[in-house]
Amino acid sequence: MIYLDNAATTMRKPEVVIQAVTDALCTMGNAGRGGHDAALDASRIIYDTRERLAQLFHAESPKQIVFSMNSTESLNIAIKGILQAGDHAITTALEHNSVLRPLYEMEEKGAELTILPSDLQGRIDYADFEKNIKKNTKAIICTHGSNLTGNLVDIKRIGEIAKKHGILFVVDASQTAGVFPIDVQEMHIDVLCFTGHKGLLGPQGTGGMYVREGVVVKPLLSGGSGVQTYSKTHPAQMPTALEAGTLNAHGLAGLRAAVGYLQEMGIDAIRKKEQDLMWHFYEGVKEIPGVTVYGDFSTKERCAIVTLNIRDYDSSEVSDALAMHYGISTRPGAHCAPLMHQALGTVEQGAVRFSFSHFDTMEEVDTAIAAIRELAEPEDMEE
Amino acid sequence: MIKKERKLVITFHTTTEAMAMEKTCKETGAEGRLIPVPRVISAGCGLAWCAKPESRTALEELMGQHGITPQGVQECLV
Repeated sequence: MIYLDNAATTMRKPEVVIQAVTDALCTMGNAGRGGHDAALDASRIIYDTRERLAQLFHAESPKQIVFSMNSTESLNIAIKGILQAGDHAITTALEHNSVLRPLYEMEEKGAELTILPSDLQGRIDYADFEKNIKKNTKAIICTHGSNLTGNLVDIKRIGEIAKKHGILFVVDASQTAGVFPIDVQEMHIDVLCFTGHKGLLGPQGTGGMYVREGVVVKPLLSGGSGVQTYSKTHPAQMPTALEAGTLNAHGLAGLRAAVGYLQEMGIDAIRKKEQDLMWHFYEGVKEIPGVTVYGDFSTKERCAIVTLNIRDYDSSEVSDALAMHYGISTRPGAHCAPLMHQALGTVEQGAVRFSFSHFDTMEEVDTAIAAIRELAEPEDMEE
Repeated sequence: MIKKERKLVITFHTTTEAMAMEKTCKETGAEGRLIPVPRVISAGCGLAWCAKPESRTALEELMGQHGITPQGVQECLV
C-alpha cells in the first residue's frame, strides 16, 4: 500500500512509539490513583509527556498542558468553556467541523458568530479580523493549516491582532503540531488545540491543549481526579481542572516517545522531507490535462497536502480507483470542511486529497503521479 | 481505467453501521465491499456497501436479521 492519507492520520509510526505503547500496556497502573510503583510509573510518564509538549510549544509550564482524546475534544472544551451567551467569536471558512459545529452550538445558545470568507484559492484576508472585532468579541478561533487545501495561516499575525484588542486566541493545530514550529508565547496563542495521531506521530486517542496561565476555561466534564475526593466540585487547578477520569496513559506513553522522536529527528528536517514530496507531487500533476489542483501554491511554506479533481469525475470514484487499481490510499469527499468546499465550488464533486509523511518516498510519489496521469486520460472513463 | 457498472449501493447513517454491515457480510459470505459513498447518492463523506443488483433481496433480508438499518438502498452506476 502507498499511504498518502497522512492528514487523516499518520499510519506509519516510529518504532519507538510502538515499543512504548507495548511497554505501557505491560506495566502501567492508573496515574494519580495510588502510590505503588505501577501507578507512579504511569504518573511519571504522563508528567514527562506534559514536559516534552510544553517544551515543544514553549508553554510556560507543563501544568498548562491538558490531555484529551483528540483535537475535537480539545476544541469543544475551549469553545464551550470560553464562550457564553452574548459573546462574539470570529472564525474562518477554512475551519474543520470540529471548530464549526461547537461554534454553531454556542450560536444557538446565544453567542454571536462571524465567519470570515476565503477566496477561490482558500486564502483569508487578514484585514478582515480587525474589521470584524466588536465590543463583545471574546475570541478568535482559527486553524493553523487547512486540512483541505494545505494552506498555512499566519497565526502570529492573527495573534498580534488578538493581543492588541485583548481578545482570546484559540488555534486549531490539528494539521501542524509536530511539523511546524509553534511558539505559543511569540504567536500570542491563549489556547492551542492539538491531536496526537497526525504530525505528532502518536497513537489515536491522544491529544490535548495548551491553556495560557490565567485563561479561564469552564470544564466540559467533572468526575474522578485522584485528588480532593471529598470536595463536591472538580478541582480548579490546572491541568486537572480540564481532565476528568482516567487518561489514556498507554496512548500517552506512545505520544511521549513520538515527541522524543520528533525532537531527535528535528521537526525542520521532517517538514522539509514532507514538503519535498508534496512539491514533487504537485509539479508532477499540475499540468496534466483535466487535473484541477486546489489551494495556494504561491508560498513555499504550506502543509504537505495536495487536493485535486480529475475532470468532473466523482472524487469518491477516483479515490476508490486509486485504492483498488494502484494500492494508493487517499481521502475523497468533503473532509469535514464544508465551508472550504463551498468556497472552492467542490460541494458536489468533493475532492481527492493526497497528504504526505516523511516516511513516504519519491518512488511512491512518482507512482501516484503516474496513476493520476492514467486516470486523467479521457478514454479511461467508460460508462 | 474506471469502468462503470450498475451496482446496488447501500448507505448508512453512521460508519459504525457500515462496519457492522461489512462484518456481517463477511461472516455470512454475502458478496460486496465497502466503497466511499458515490456523489450521485450523496455529497460529502461516508462509506457504502456496494454489491451486485441481484443481491438486493438477500442483503435486505440479512440486514433485517442482524438489526442493521440502512439509510438508503439504491442502484446506480459505480
